[in-house]
Amino acid sequence: MSSHRFAVNVTPKPGILDPQGRAVEGSLNHLGIEGVRSVRVGRRVELTVEATDEAAARDVVEKLASELLANPLIEAYAIEAIGAVA
Amino acid sequence: MPVRIGVVVFPGSNCDRDTLHALDLAGAEPIALWHEHTSLDGVAAVILPGGFAYGDYLRAGVIARFSPVMRAVEAFAAEGGLVLGICNGFQVLAEAGLVPGALLRNRGLRFLGRDVHIAAERLDTPFTHALAAAGRPLRMPIAHGEGCYYADDARLDALEADGRVLFRYVDGAGERAAETDRVANPNGSLRAIAGVRNAAGNVAGLMPHPERASEALLGSDDGFPIIRSLVDSAARAAAGQRPHELAGAR
Repeated sequence: MSSHRFAVNVTPKPGILDPQGRAVEGSLNHLGIEGVRSVRVGRRVELTVEATDEAAARDVVEKLASELLANPLIEAYAIEAIGAVA
Repeated sequence: MPVRIGVVVFPGSNCDRDTLHALDLAGAEPIALWHEHTSLDGVAAVILPGGFAYGDYLRAGVIARFSPVMRAVEAFAAEGGLVLGICNGFQVLAEAGLVPGALLRNRGLRFLGRDVHIAAERLDTPFTHALAAAGRPLRMPIAHGEGCYYADDARLDALEADGRVLFRYVDGAGERAAETDRVANPNGSLRAIAGVRNAAGNVAGLMPHPERASEALLGSDDGFPIIRSLVDSAARAAAGQRPHELAGAR
């Protein structure tokens, strides 16, 4: 068994209303920042999985991402390996 | 004999007592069902009440969805048992896939606690048959941060075609609220949808709180017929009769 560290990035699907993203975008004017658009606010979940190898660990993350961390009706997710843990 | 109706209590539920009280007023035998229960104790209907189950962490309703009692509620619903989700309870049902759609953050990003008007789309359901008329404005409170009803256009079209939209936000005169009308449709719900039901017609959810508008003392009793509808339909189900117009949903 080995430990594997992952991040799951969850974001609103394209076309889904994202009032948080819009609020962030709206605030950029106040900072004097221009040229930024399509701001989408999501969440990032980091976790460590004990498994026989990275592929098995990724399967676990895939399952919990699709069933718990993201609501497939409204959110997309991307899984990212962030390195083995000692 | 009064019909037994269960109210699920999650850690963070805060409308469970109001709901138990409204059920008592409607002549039912209300019982609380703890979230770690794996049985529903022979109830004839279940209400998932409002609140902030499990702190609404991750997404409103999602952690509650995986609690032991929800396995029993899912099995009960699959057998045709009557289930009503109110506010947070609606969010739990949506996360569990027991009713269609999702509840997004309110468009204005603010938590909203105030009275709104909704109107029933139809009366031939177990949740609405005791209302006086379809389309008539009913005043009751909302109290939520994630109440913006969302489904994609194809699904919204299908819900409307199948008569599965139960309630919409309306203005005080009963006119359907525009999506951009932050007074009558404060959370910005698509097509002003405030409540829906599943395809079989036995599971429904709505964001406003009928139990908090169940007696004149509370400022409105417009919500009470919704509670009475459920109690009456549950009594019929317990007596082995078909609940009101369950087949009304195609």
